[in-house]
Amino acid sequence: MPARDNRRPAYISRSSLQTLLDRLVSAGYACLGPTAKDGAIQYQPINNLNQLPRGLRNDQEPGHYRLRQADDERLFAWNHGPQVLKPLCFAPQEVVWQERQTESGMSVKQSMPATKPTAVIGVRACDLAALKIQDQHFMRKDSTDPHYQARRDQLLLIGVDCAESAQTCFCASTGDGPALDGGFDIGLAELADGFLIWTASARGTPWIEELDQQPATDDQLAEMLQATENAAAGQSRHLPNEKKLTQLYQRLGHSRWLDLSKRCLSCGNCTSVCPTCFCYSYEHHTAITGDSAEVVRSWDSCFSATHSEMGSFQVRSGIDQRYRQWATHKLAGWQEQFGRSGCVGCGRCISWCPVGIDLTEEVQVILNEGSRDV
Amino acid sequence: MTRKPKLAVHKFSSCDGCQLALLNLGEPLLLLPELVDIVHFAEAGPLDPDAQVDVSLVEGSISTPHDVDRIKQVRENSGYLISIGACATVGGLQALANFTDRDAWMGQIYSNPEHIDALQSSSAIADHVKVDLEIPGCPVNSGQVLKALRDLLSGIVPRSESQSLCMDCKRCGVVCTLVTKGEPCMGPVTIAGCGSLCTSLGRACYSCYGPTPLVNDQPLTARFSQLGMDEAAATRRFHFITSHAPAFKSAGERLKAEEE
Amino acid sequence: MFDPHVPHLAIIDKRVQESPTIFSLRLQYEDTDRQEAFEFAPGQFNMVSLFGVGEVAISIVNDPEDSHFFDHTIRVVGRVTKGLEKLQPGDRVGIRGPFGRGWPIDEAMGQDVLLVTGGLGCAPLVSVIRYLLRRRDHFGHIHILQGVKHADDLIWREQYEAWSKDHGVNVLLAADVASRDWPWQQGLVTELINQVNLRLERTITMLCGPEMMMLAAIAQLRELGLADHKIWLSMERNMHCGYGQCGHCQVGPHFVCKDGPVFCYSELADFFGAKGF
Repeated sequence: MPARDNRRPAYISRSSLQTLLDRLVSAGYACLGPTAKDGAIQYQPINNLNQLPRGLRNDQEPGHYRLRQADDERLFAWNHGPQVLKPLCFAPQEVVWQERQTESGMSVKQSMPATKPTAVIGVRACDLAALKIQDQHFMRKDSTDPHYQARRDQLLLIGVDCAESAQTCFCASTGDGPALDGGFDIGLAELADGFLIWTASARGTPWIEELDQQPATDDQLAEMLQATENAAAGQSRHLPNEKKLTQLYQRLGHSRWLDLSKRCLSCGNCTSVCPTCFCYSYEHHTAITGDSAEVVRSWDSCFSATHSEMGSFQVRSGIDQRYRQWATHKLAGWQEQFGRSGCVGCGRCISWCPVGIDLTEEVQVILNEGSRDV
Repeated sequence: MTRKPKLAVHKFSSCDGCQLALLNLGEPLLLLPELVDIVHFAEAGPLDPDAQVDVSLVEGSISTPHDVDRIKQVRENSGYLISIGACATVGGLQALANFTDRDAWMGQIYSNPEHIDALQSSSAIADHVKVDLEIPGCPVNSGQVLKALRDLLSGIVPRSESQSLCMDCKRCGVVCTLVTKGEPCMGPVTIAGCGSLCTSLGRACYSCYGPTPLVNDQPLTARFSQLGMDEAAATRRFHFITSHAPAFKSAGERLKAEEE
Repeated sequence: MFDPHVPHLAIIDKRVQESPTIFSLRLQYEDTDRQEAFEFAPGQFNMVSLFGVGEVAISIVNDPEDSHFFDHTIRVVGRVTKGLEKLQPGDRVGIRGPFGRGWPIDEAMGQDVLLVTGGLGCAPLVSVIRYLLRRRDHFGHIHILQGVKHADDLIWREQYEAWSKDHGVNVLLAADVASRDWPWQQGLVTELINQVNLRLERTITMLCGPEMMMLAAIAQLRELGLADHKIWLSMERNMHCGYGQCGHCQVGPHFVCKDGPVFCYSELADFFGAKGF
């Protein structure tokens, strides 16, 4: 799919990106950029382009992720690692309030995170689409989550088109990629030699104004469009359209759910790497002296034993029920809650599933083989 | 509270590692005597093994006839009994001997095996007496022990961990060794609590904390097999430190049967 | 005043032991302005937190017009409620709320109301019964059907007896296991439905209790010809946040804490009774 936003890109050399980085750093921004660490792309504080994964590719398959060195200078020719934006706004674990016993009884104090302006470099279209959904959830008008918002407000997002797709990507079918389409401040498209760059928000504009830009040539624009078209064409997986996905609720008795319970570990990896999954739970961490406690909010998962617990009873004790809850909520229930499916096609749940369960395959079997209802 | 509750730490067949984990607590350990009377804790000093106490922490498995009698006495003397660590909760590493001919082994190792008075098996505390709470781990997570003690001091029923290690890894930003390196990691079927100790160092989990409440071992062993691991090696992943946790015992036995 | 994210302290003013496992707390916000501003509807709930232990969702049972306090009736089932049980007047708890959608009071105006409940004192329904009876003139006949497993399980027995003396109020009780001094029916609460002279076209139903009981009652009411949109029920699920964010309480696309806990049966029909939802 070609670029859909109204981008007006200019050309910068690869080294000009260092200038942007320098300016952000000197303005007090924490710059998070992709690095190769422990065998995966991970976002870490950077101040130099040399820290970026130059020439690296990612081979992603069900239950499989490897980095591979290619012989070129490209900095963004991979797709993603296990995490990027979700933990930056929706913290995996954080103290939300503190309780203290006082002379007059007790006191409760909200615990807000320390934040600073943070630029994230090289964010993909799927992750921006996911962030938009998380914003919708955590910054709902009637109950905006103050912790989420405090972090979210600090983000400056530098997006980049995907010029290649991993084998597990299917964003073209969900309509969320591979080209950037909103939700970022500065856009990048990596060319064989340098970048096209454009601003996508008032916040982004000042940062690129003084870069050494040249007007983009027709060849460069064509190269940019061709790259995302190739990335989309390279995707072999797909998810059915949203209307079809709502039919999952008519397939609650499908035998495939039981079949899944024989293959799924119920470990919660899929929900943890999913950039839209939002379940969390609270737990009191009480000092041994008993006079103070921190209430900690942590990522939870509908695959956890306690997720559906009521007293000693679990609403979803079976793995089939847990997988069905995840899939039907993500793909069908989400549409009623948020006006769109909760899947952005990033494929992380496929790559990072220890046993390589492929959501797209499961869903297609369940939707296409209705006659197998039990 | 009118009087401080009494606490005892009892040792059975074990390496003392769980007691050491408690000693390594740091500051909270110094606060503990303000809240409870520690009347028996051999590794720390106080000795009164026969004291009547409100709470007993029991380390180690039952592996001698003497252990069998002693644990009954400890149970009688304790209001609330918590078994701590892999030995106490599932029989520990020493329960591996349960799969073998113990007499033959002892004959090979000791010149005078007749002096050794050991049972034919090593078993969990709960196999012998009623246990009120089990806290797993090799060694135990002393933070979890403190948490349980705090709950008891507050008159609250302590709660057990139930999530997989994977959840903890993901929250800590630890990259999956199984997915990126093809390591046979036991994390998906292992209960969280260790703080992702091995996995954060790039090592596959060998499940010293034992199984989650719901273990689906077959797909994981099928994956290990795809990664090039034979049944004997896969068996050893399940039959290791927590071999006698029921879910792991049966998984290993299934693999052994498949091997034959 | 509504701030869902951090609890505000409330002081226990009064504690009543309703049964061996059920107790009621009368609470007041420490901050009197917050107390004065506290507004809720019957069927809504608060997250009640016990210092250092945890939180639990509990229905508010007093009348919304009582502005100086609010009441919670709590059954001892888990670690938090076991801890709350020990609290005494003067002790403090944390409160977040009120949360959720309450009973369809406006829809019930001018209608007969059939209230069906089972189990041990269903607090959400008690709150609406009290609400209706205090505003007796606004509603038609009121039928209160309560079932318990064992006759001894019935709490607020005097209250039921008092309600039954009210004009136009029909109280029917049933116990699976009756005792010698049980003046009412022996059997299931669903058997009581047949004893009510329902004016279908002007009746609204409110249910609360174990899901199996509600399922049986709904099947029976639908068979009698009551339309789905006139059947309302209060759901119970695992709740952590109270405002539709933590994800635990979902039933299909619904957040029980935010979209419920009171639902119209037509909203839930696809999922109610389906195992795993």
